[in-house]
Amino acid sequence: MTTWLIAAEGEGFVSPGPSTFVYPPIFGEGTFFTKPMLITVLGAAAVAVFFLLAARRATVVPGKLQYAGESAYGFVRNSIALDAIGKEGMKYVPYLATVFFFLAALNISGILPGLQFPATSRIALPAFLAIITCVIFNAIGIKRRGLFGYFKELMFPPGIPWPVYILLAPIEFVSTIIIRPLTLTLRLTFNMFAGHLVLVLFILGGEFLVFEKGGLVGIAAGSVALLGSIVLTFFEGFVQLLQAYVFTLLSALYIGGALADEH
Amino acid sequence: MLEGTLNGNLNMIGYGLAAIGPGIGIGLIFAAYISGVARQPEARGMLQSIAILGFALAEALAIIGIGLAFAL
Repeated sequence: MTTWLIAAEGEGFVSPGPSTFVYPPIFGEGTFFTKPMLITVLGAAAVAVFFLLAARRATVVPGKLQYAGESAYGFVRNSIALDAIGKEGMKYVPYLATVFFFLAALNISGILPGLQFPATSRIALPAFLAIITCVIFNAIGIKRRGLFGYFKELMFPPGIPWPVYILLAPIEFVSTIIIRPLTLTLRLTFNMFAGHLVLVLFILGGEFLVFEKGGLVGIAAGSVALLGSIVLTFFEGFVQLLQAYVFTLLSALYIGGALADEH
Repeated sequence: MLEGTLNGNLNMIGYGLAAIGPGIGIGLIFAAYISGVARQPEARGMLQSIAILGFALAEALAIIGIGLAFAL
């Protein structure tokens, strides 16, 4: 049972918890296709259709749609790939652009009327993308310097007195191999999680105060909460785009770090 | 449910305390960014990505905090 049903039936107001994020299967018991999965499919399809339409019949003088597609792609290329990686970053623009627009679509579904659930607040999706990023930048490093050389440069940067390596080597290893994908995952997931929870709390709380509790105080406070939820929705939209940008920027920086010849 | 009782999880108070540090850190990062742009407006583009990077790294602490507040 979802939280809003409990809130509507019960005596007092039950604030939404992590159970808000658990959805039953769409096609009834026993099937596995839930709302977050539907949003994931829709988001991927929307991004694919947009770029296919924008790239179809490309002309030298771009039309409106082609211009929109090109400037969106150009944003990732110029201000993420080229800024964070440099000239070599051109090779990784397809991956970075895919990650950015996929995440942006899934994040922004948190404030789209009708969907209103950020699919990235379920940890599996960011975790999967973070693992891909982790594999990519480690593979680049290993390909560049060989397995031994990569870990040697990673754990034993030159120019440091040797006793420090006892501390530094494990820290560097853990921070690169484990902490990086972990923080990428947690940052995106819990930004979306917390943002969605706050929105649900404001909207359900405002609804409860205005329609269930009533009275002068209830209606006044509930109206403030509902108005606040509108402001928070726009703020949440900003955070969602920012987090897609941050995820892509950090991926680009990690790739750039692995590509760099010297630390 | 008794009138006047508070129901909730002590984890959330812990999360509130844990968010103080990243909050101060993010404030310092953006203060430095603003004063950097005020001194040298043409460096804005470069400073912006650095500021957002620092913000993301500092924010990770608060985010881990809220994750653990719900998980533990």
